[in-house]
Amino acid sequence: MYQPPPRASALFGGIAFIAVIAAQAFAIMTSPAEGDMGHLQKIMYVHVPAAWMAFISFFVVLVFSILYMVRKRENDDLIAASAAEVGAVFTGLTLALGMIWGRPAWGVWWVWDARLTSTLVLFLIFVGYLALRSFVDDQSQRARWSAAVGAFGAINVPIVYMSVKWWRTLHQPPSSPDTLDPAYTMGLRLNAIALLLVTIYFIRKRYEIARLERATEHLAESVAMGGK
Amino acid sequence: MAWKDDWRRVRAIARKDLTTELRAKAGFNGVASLAVTILILLGLALGPDGEALRNAAVGAVWLATLFSGVLAFNRSFQVELESGALEPLLLYPGPRWTIFAGKLLGNLVFVSLMVAVVMIVGIVLYGITIPDRWPTLLGVTALGVVGLVVLGTFYASMASRSRAREVLLPLLLFPMLVPVLLAATTASKALLGADLMHESGAWIRLLIGYDIVFLIATFIAFEHVIEA
Repeated sequence: MYQPPPRASALFGGIAFIAVIAAQAFAIMTSPAEGDMGHLQKIMYVHVPAAWMAFISFFVVLVFSILYMVRKRENDDLIAASAAEVGAVFTGLTLALGMIWGRPAWGVWWVWDARLTSTLVLFLIFVGYLALRSFVDDQSQRARWSAAVGAFGAINVPIVYMSVKWWRTLHQPPSSPDTLDPAYTMGLRLNAIALLLVTIYFIRKRYEIARLERATEHLAESVAMGGK
Repeated sequence: MAWKDDWRRVRAIARKDLTTELRAKAGFNGVASLAVTILILLGLALGPDGEALRNAAVGAVWLATLFSGVLAFNRSFQVELESGALEPLLLYPGPRWTIFAGKLLGNLVFVSLMVAVVMIVGIVLYGITIPDRWPTLLGVTALGVVGLVVLGTFYASMASRSRAREVLLPLLLFPMLVPVLLAATTASKALLGADLMHESGAWIRLLIGYDIVFLIATFIAFEHVIEA
């Protein structure tokens, strides 16, 4: 039987959002205006961690898709689906912020470089995964099929990245604490941790909702079958 | 001999699919005509400058192949679904992967014939001179077709049984095929020119790797996906 989520979950959500606000405030106040980019650099504090979270989410999709194929537990499918939705949001956010940054920094909204293009392809794979889920009604079919699509999509990500990289490349090396001026690293690290908390909270919350939806479906089925 | 029996099953399914196709012919004629139409439309949209057309030829041929190939894959399962023949097929003794292998083989023949038509028309319409290294070019095309057909057949086994299959299959398939499209077009372009940078070799290795990875992955996952 379905158990309502504990109060700890709401508390965790509150902490996650406060952490984001605090980390953003810290990063914006401590980081000096950057030489070439000025305050445009501040976009990095959401853009870069959001990209990391998108990859973490897709990794969760991969792990739980494979787990579902092995164990056939409904909950694994629901976790993978929740992570896919959250991952799609973060991928979209990464792309949007990257474009907002790219316009003043590079002078164009879009360049066909390896990381931009493969992130866009990643986004499309997520969209396909979510479309498949909404177009299949039978629960067990939906779970089995999306597990395969999720796992294949994740396998494909490094191949897409490599192929687009060979095809053409222009992006500056990825920002990580190693490539950054020390004045910016702390802000980036804190924001990554804060967004990680938000990611966990979102996936967890979406999973609870998915469980509730499943519980209603089960109930509707058993009523239709004449049970109670 | 178990593998001999399996091979007979594979051949029987491929032959059944191809015979159905051969007797009706409507499927192949329709799909091949669509591919040629796409080539002509792309020529009109990009032309009439001969040089521009020659540069775009490889991309046009591959896009025409992708867009019309996608119709072939859904067909190969739809014929069975319409007459309720998929379940009896699943009930036959023997491993399930033989069904996938049979469908794969059938689709491979179908798409290869279609690609032959598309290439000949492309060579004529876009004014391509056949290069000295045409056997390598044929090899690249064959590797690309294998990648397309492996994933196309696999995704069609799901998409053809969902609502909105016409939309779902390309939505799932095309982002997955980005590496195939990039590798096949870039390598072909290099081979049509002088390939001074010797870049076709790396792309051919990528295509071989992609084909092997997804051949193995689809064979493992098919059993899991096809259950009624």
